[in-house]
Amino acid sequence: MIRVFSTADVIFIVMAVRWTLILSAIAFAGGALGGMAIALARTSQRKALRQFAAGFIQVFQGTPLLMQLFLVYFGLAVVGLPINPLLAAAVALTLHASAYLGEIWRGSIEAVPSGQTEAATALSLGYADRMRHVILPQAMRVATAPTVGFLVQLIKGTSLASIIGFTELTRAGQIVNNATFKPFLVFGTVAILYFALCWPLSLLARRMETRMRRAITR
Amino acid sequence: MYHFNFQPIFDNLDMLLHGAWLTVRLSLMAMVLGLVVSVLGAVAKTSGIRPLRWLVDVYVEVIRNTPFLIQIFFIFFGLPAIGIAMSPNTAALVALVVNVGAYGTEIIRAGIESIPQGQIEAGRALALSPVQILRHVVLKPAMRNIYPALTSQFIYLMLTSSVVSVISANDLASAGADLNAKTFASFEVYLVLTVMYFLLAAGFSAVFAMIRRVAFSYPASR
Repeated sequence: MIRVFSTADVIFIVMAVRWTLILSAIAFAGGALGGMAIALARTSQRKALRQFAAGFIQVFQGTPLLMQLFLVYFGLAVVGLPINPLLAAAVALTLHASAYLGEIWRGSIEAVPSGQTEAATALSLGYADRMRHVILPQAMRVATAPTVGFLVQLIKGTSLASIIGFTELTRAGQIVNNATFKPFLVFGTVAILYFALCWPLSLLARRMETRMRRAITR
Repeated sequence: MYHFNFQPIFDNLDMLLHGAWLTVRLSLMAMVLGLVVSVLGAVAKTSGIRPLRWLVDVYVEVIRNTPFLIQIFFIFFGLPAIGIAMSPNTAALVALVVNVGAYGTEIIRAGIESIPQGQIEAGRALALSPVQILRHVVLKPAMRNIYPALTSQFIYLMLTSSVVSVISANDLASAGADLNAKTFASFEVYLVLTVMYFLLAAGFSAVFAMIRRVAFSYPASR
């Protein structure tokens, strides 16, 4: 039965934005924790830690996000968990975000001049204090713009969760399209909603970057 | 206890290898055509014609701020509604070209703008012809700046291309989906697929690094 594309359908699609945002928030929160660990491991004194972090980043940046989603989704059964699209998408996107944020933040940590580390060491600050009070606050300023930029990639990435059956914005569009068969209108609406989420963040990232560059080249 | 079974995958390895070849071919074709779009976009963006610049801006921003999955749905399912219908394989190629073209436009524009104006003026002072200036003063140094960004964009494109399997276009991910339907060894199939994509990405990275060492041994523009 084909029905018309009505206000109810538009509301259904708009409401699904919620799940796109929730999934993005979970992945970003998890990715921030994981990414911090990866960034610290990547810049640590221990070779084994550095190599592990480098390998982790390489695997997740060198394979498709779609495959990562499928692997986690079918991997749940392997470790004896029930198959659950939200759990699979959250885990896969968290790992994915950990790798990308880890790489971004490693660059930010390395952007802090080494004299800062040396000065902090000379003041007999231990690793934790050095990181917490000297290095990370400075690295954070460099990291903000690319982090916001990655958030755009992450929100777009959540659309792939529709393929493993999680009902977020993209899948809501597919459901409405199957009922109304107005693909041009439906996917146009979905595209506009994604654009409304991502574009302000892109602009913000660009503005931050310009300001950073001006601060550095003063 | 889960029982791993890789046997059916090794029995059908030729199917996956053929899929890998299709992914490489699709990605290379999309990259070449995408480069044409990128150069045109960058030229339009750096031109003085305002409506043209605005049009390219809209294209780049829309593509960069919407998911590739929605772009391919719009092209494959949406466009037939206004009379533009194409096969899954054509739609996949068009979607990838449109997508990489937006990113490439930005990369090439940044590369062109990275050449200091003074270099071009110096070229004129040395009585070089406009063609010589374009070739030696602008393009060669710009290429050197653009190359790393373009090659990593290609790797990213190849990984993104796995999404074309959702409209059943022919590629590695589709071959994997077929094998999954045939064998039901889902985890094993996707594990092998993931490894194959990784090897493709690593292989291309190595080749690009080798080319870079040979082709860009001349000094950078300062």
